[in-house]
Amino acid sequence: MTALLDLVRRIGAGVVEAVWRIGFATRFFGLLLAYSGQSLARLHLTIREIYFSGVLSLLIIVVSGLFVGMVLGLQGYETLQRYGSSEALGVLVALSLTRELGPVVAALLFASRAGSAVTAEIGLMKTTEQLKAMDMMAVNPLARVVAPRFWGGVISMPLLAALFSAMGVFGGWLIGVVFIGVDEGAFWSQMQAAVDFRFDVLNGVIKSFVFGVAVALIAVFEGYDCTPTAEGVSRAITRTVVSSALAILALDFVLTSFMFRGQS
Amino acid sequence: MTPLDSDDALVRLQDVRFAYGEREILRGLDFSVRRGQVVAVMGGSGCGKTTLLQLIGGQLRASAGTVLVAGHDLARLSTGQLYALRRRMGMLFQFGALFTDMSVFDNVAFPLREHTDLPSELIHDLVMMKLNAVGLRGAAKLKPAELSGGMARRVALARAIALDPMLIMYDEPFAGLDPISLGVIGQLIRRLNDALGASTVMVTHDIVESLQIVDYIYFISEGRIVAQGTPDEIRASADPFVHQFIHAEADGPVPFHYPAGPLAESLIGGRPA
Amino acid sequence: MSRTSLDLWVGFFVIIGMGALLFLAMKVGNVGTSNFDETYVIKAQFDNIGGLKVRAPVKSAGVVVGRVTNIGFDTESYRAEVTFSLGAGYRFPKDTIATILTSGLLGEQYVGLDAGGDSEMLTNGDAVQLTQSAVVLEKLIGQFMFDKAAETPAN
Repeated sequence: MTALLDLVRRIGAGVVEAVWRIGFATRFFGLLLAYSGQSLARLHLTIREIYFSGVLSLLIIVVSGLFVGMVLGLQGYETLQRYGSSEALGVLVALSLTRELGPVVAALLFASRAGSAVTAEIGLMKTTEQLKAMDMMAVNPLARVVAPRFWGGVISMPLLAALFSAMGVFGGWLIGVVFIGVDEGAFWSQMQAAVDFRFDVLNGVIKSFVFGVAVALIAVFEGYDCTPTAEGVSRAITRTVVSSALAILALDFVLTSFMFRGQS
Repeated sequence: MTPLDSDDALVRLQDVRFAYGEREILRGLDFSVRRGQVVAVMGGSGCGKTTLLQLIGGQLRASAGTVLVAGHDLARLSTGQLYALRRRMGMLFQFGALFTDMSVFDNVAFPLREHTDLPSELIHDLVMMKLNAVGLRGAAKLKPAELSGGMARRVALARAIALDPMLIMYDEPFAGLDPISLGVIGQLIRRLNDALGASTVMVTHDIVESLQIVDYIYFISEGRIVAQGTPDEIRASADPFVHQFIHAEADGPVPFHYPAGPLAESLIGGRPA
Repeated sequence: MSRTSLDLWVGFFVIIGMGALLFLAMKVGNVGTSNFDETYVIKAQFDNIGGLKVRAPVKSAGVVVGRVTNIGFDTESYRAEVTFSLGAGYRFPKDTIATILTSGLLGEQYVGLDAGGDSEMLTNGDAVQLTQSAVVLEKLIGQFMFDKAAETPAN
């Protein structure tokens, strides 16, 4: 009996802790936005972070996009040709990517590669007292270290998602048209007829922007808030990847239900 | 000579209390540093020495009492004013806390680039002069990962004095150094303080080095000042705590045994049947 | 890494990212189709709209001339009322027929306009008088079976 009570007590404490953290994270987000002036005024700080978050993620995003597109092409063809609709392959690949797979998978990959790197960097700076030293030198670490990394992530994310989707369409074309032999004209023309810029492409971009904000915020927050030990940093990195994944999928559901509800 | 009575105190703490949650760390501390003085703060681990430094630097706020730095009450300062005050302070953290993604040169140049509008040629020369003062001008291009512990600490010292501060603080500057580096750091602390006309607060365990270079020593135990004086007064002190500390005795006012019952009760054979 | 080569890489990254976005917008999606510069509104009532949806195209001679903007129900005539907006450059006579057609065999439905011969044109807010409803599959099959039954001699 006491074991059960103990479990309930621990769950309760865990929930309280989570709520407290969310509140703290929100206040942190507010401070971050307030101190973002320097990220704009001293653009080279932000540019450096776009390099480390965005450019260095290019390889994994482009390769993954290609493979996802190719798999979509393969699986899509396999199913569509049973109903004689193999010419709709372009539509299938393009819609899946621009609406869902592009933003979501690119965000998940970004969180794993760039998000964890940012958390590690900030966490290590905290552990080796670099953030405190900066503070003592009258330089605000939120403005100088944290905000540029946040904005670097936010700017990189939509670009990476677009690249993912574009590579995916290319991969679908490669498999469908070049290897399997679906009619090229039908592939592109049906795709263009079915994919609407405002509803599909733009919504995908909005999604990737929202994911970018979420992942970047989680990454910098976990780094800034971690326990300043080696173990604390590694736990923070794990939390970044897990929390980012959950946030991306939950936000995806919310955004999708808002955006695509109107389509009967 | 009681520093508490003099008026040209750069740093003055009056009846300062600090608690971390429920744990009281400082219980009514009176402390002051005059201009030009080098002061050492000593005590056992966890007695509140580092907390004292953080209170002076404004990183922590006292629960009670006043902290005055250059006449400013830290509790009344806005963030902007606190930052303005911090530009006149330099702090050396225990392991240097150098920025690992920058070179030695960029580390020392950091405060200059952030807080001044000086042209890059002038900054270059200033950085070289600061590095020269600590003897590491030749290491300007190295990265912090390539430095030994003593060298890293010297670079951090060059960075701390980059803006010619009026107050320099050291957190365990001698910890973990070889004898040569110990001597070097000790000499640098004294020489730089005198050359800059600054005041220095040094938190340390190291008796030998400290007694050679400081003007005044404070002993903290359990959140209070238990002894203070010049090096000569300390050496001649009859206070049991000071005596135990100076002569590194295992037992005394700071007990050897963590509080526990009689030994017999802990042994299986000794328990009543 | 020096600052200049870093900037180069970031610039390259932003350019290809924007390029991908442009590619998606232009080659993958269709940017211009849903936007006509100026439009006017026309209504039409149908007995059955079948599977017609909002945003379905309005075509004449196979060319998209407008979009369906609203589908409602008239409680007085008990018919479906479809509102669509046509491009300002496309004028139709008052005796135009509006039919609901299907693109392909199982494709989505759209409104087809067959121009009449009247000299007066439909203006903003007018209603098309002559309409043909969508073909409902069940009725078609029922019709086919009825015709088939009528063909066999009654013996």
